[in-house]
Amino acid sequence: MTTELIRLLAFLVGIIAFAALNAAYLVWVERKGAAHFQRRIGPKEVGPYGLLQPLADGAKLMSKQLLIPDGVDPILFKIAPLMVLVPAVMSFVTIPFGEHLAARNIDLGLLMVFAFASINVLGLLLGSWGSANKYAVIAAARVISQNIAYEIPMLLTAIALVMATNTMNLNEMVSLQGGGFWHWNLIKLTFTASPLTPIAFLIFFTTMLAETNRAPFDMAEAESELVAGSFTEYSGMGFGVFFMGEYANIVIGAALTTVLFLGGWQSPLPFLPNSVVWFLMKMYVIIFTVVWIRWTFPRTQFYALLNLSWKVLIPISLVNLIVTAGWLKVF
Amino acid sequence: MSADVIDKSLETFVLNLGPQHPATHGVLRVKLTMDGEYIVHAEPVLGYIHRMHEKMGENRTWAQFMPNTGRLDYLAALSYNHGYAMAAERAEGIEVPERAEYIRCITVELNRIASHLLWFGAFVLDLGGFTPLLYAFDDREQILDLLESVTGARLTFCYFRFGGVYNDIDDNFITGTREFIKRLRSRMPMYHDLVTNNIILIKRLKGIGPISQEMCRRYGATGPVLRGSGVNFDVRKHEPYSVYPEFDFDIPVYTDCDSMARYMVRMDEMEQSMRIIEQGLDKLPEGPVMAAKAPKILKPAKGDYYCAVEAARGSFGIRLVSDGTNTPYRLKLRSPTFSNLSLFAEACQGMLLPDALALMGTLDLVIPEIDR
Repeated sequence: MTTELIRLLAFLVGIIAFAALNAAYLVWVERKGAAHFQRRIGPKEVGPYGLLQPLADGAKLMSKQLLIPDGVDPILFKIAPLMVLVPAVMSFVTIPFGEHLAARNIDLGLLMVFAFASINVLGLLLGSWGSANKYAVIAAARVISQNIAYEIPMLLTAIALVMATNTMNLNEMVSLQGGGFWHWNLIKLTFTASPLTPIAFLIFFTTMLAETNRAPFDMAEAESELVAGSFTEYSGMGFGVFFMGEYANIVIGAALTTVLFLGGWQSPLPFLPNSVVWFLMKMYVIIFTVVWIRWTFPRTQFYALLNLSWKVLIPISLVNLIVTAGWLKVF
Repeated sequence: MSADVIDKSLETFVLNLGPQHPATHGVLRVKLTMDGEYIVHAEPVLGYIHRMHEKMGENRTWAQFMPNTGRLDYLAALSYNHGYAMAAERAEGIEVPERAEYIRCITVELNRIASHLLWFGAFVLDLGGFTPLLYAFDDREQILDLLESVTGARLTFCYFRFGGVYNDIDDNFITGTREFIKRLRSRMPMYHDLVTNNIILIKRLKGIGPISQEMCRRYGATGPVLRGSGVNFDVRKHEPYSVYPEFDFDIPVYTDCDSMARYMVRMDEMEQSMRIIEQGLDKLPEGPVMAAKAPKILKPAKGDYYCAVEAARGSFGIRLVSDGTNTPYRLKLRSPTFSNLSLFAEACQGMLLPDALALMGTLDLVIPEIDR
């Protein structure tokens, strides 16, 4: 009983620390990355290479007054940032960082991540609605339809994967991908379940970008159109928590992509030991790609975004689902 | 049974775009009546940066107004210097030395490239792409360094004088300019690869934001907006001034009338400006840069004088009325973006907000020039 409690506490602290540190340092990675893509230097004053910049930013945001403008719904306005951050942190519970390094090894882990990931939209909607700002409400309407449109292809690709691997337990899914990079789902399933798997991976990655509201699908923020979108009225730590939630969601998205397609903590070559390092490396490569895409592409139009989902991604992922089902039935 | 709308006005809402909004690039305010994300009605509101330039002109000597012209369109200030200097020279009948005219053309074209580069960066920023802005600024910086070395200013130039320019260009400027052109030529393919041929950008611009020739005519639109609608009109070619007839250059014209056409016109104009600068540097004659007999104090004969130049954003016209004293009696500025903005209200009707903002971006607005 006590060991269980200690274990629980250790993982709680560990997950929160991991999520918070990642959220804080992803801001640094993003700023530094953006700077180098743009031939600038980026943060460099606070600490070596500006490494203490996130702490300085956090201290600044904390010290600011939490401004609640007239006419807002104070309750919704205050809980909305938490509704973005908390589900993201909760999703970390089932992510297997290493072979024995997961807070909870739940059989329906994948389902749980998707369930919690959907709450973040609700947070954005309530925050936007509560802040009684026209730009925010426009952004909220966009976010809702965007997330609904993109959750479908995301789930469809995930279902195909579940059908092929026969498990929703994330740790088990990683275990099945052991023995070198050619056993990773991305490559293995191409030959054993559906030749469309690489395309499914791209679809999953695209929907992950859209679900986390990242450029070129950053309709929730769209700073040149909607000022700051859903966050227009937020200041101080309210904004800070939203921001942390966004980055925590990116980490979740990247972690999930790693687990589902890239073999999680499995080493790419059989003679190298499996370890949490592999997981982190793969995850950060994906996160770097996300940053890279943001600073390269302009924003899509909203209707182009929906067209992409309903006319391209959903049909392809449906075909992938049918091909997978047929293949499994036949062979 | 279909639902009837009881009160149409309840179906729309008013969105105040500006005067502080990232996409208006200045203190422009647009009152938008929106139906969801569709624009039903738009009304640009001006006056947030009105400085009474025209009235100021009536209260100072002819020469004292020159710095004001650098503060209208601060991104292409030299064209405005040029327009005013030429109008005053016409009024007074001053003959400008040839070398000075060449220097004027070279610096004005450099300024035009700087202005288009900044527009390019800011426009892609409007579309949500942040990175090209910094690259464009990097190139623009080179131009500002060059211009600073001869004019002494980086933004609000006051370089031209009645009868010439106040400072001759030196060898450093000439070699620096040649190097810059080489550099920009090598970077243009990168811009086209990274931005122009980007599928998202093409989707956002092609076939979107149509501005017909007829609409341009009604509102008096000029410059790249007009040329993007398929009208071949450029003051440099059609009402030649200065030494522009000596140069061999083309007027880029696109007939698609959409945002992409206006984008392409500006990108191609940079190349044409580079051609003009190269020819100008090759042909640069020796001689003085200031007319020997230019009077210190201007007192043009009674009369009405008009002069137009092709500024970066269109045709800039200046009308001077002199009553024979040392101050203008009336000074009227015709700025291109004022006309270009006025068609925005009609052009953006029924468009989605992001597309309308892209359309506004292609108009290349500089608010202090609209709001004189």
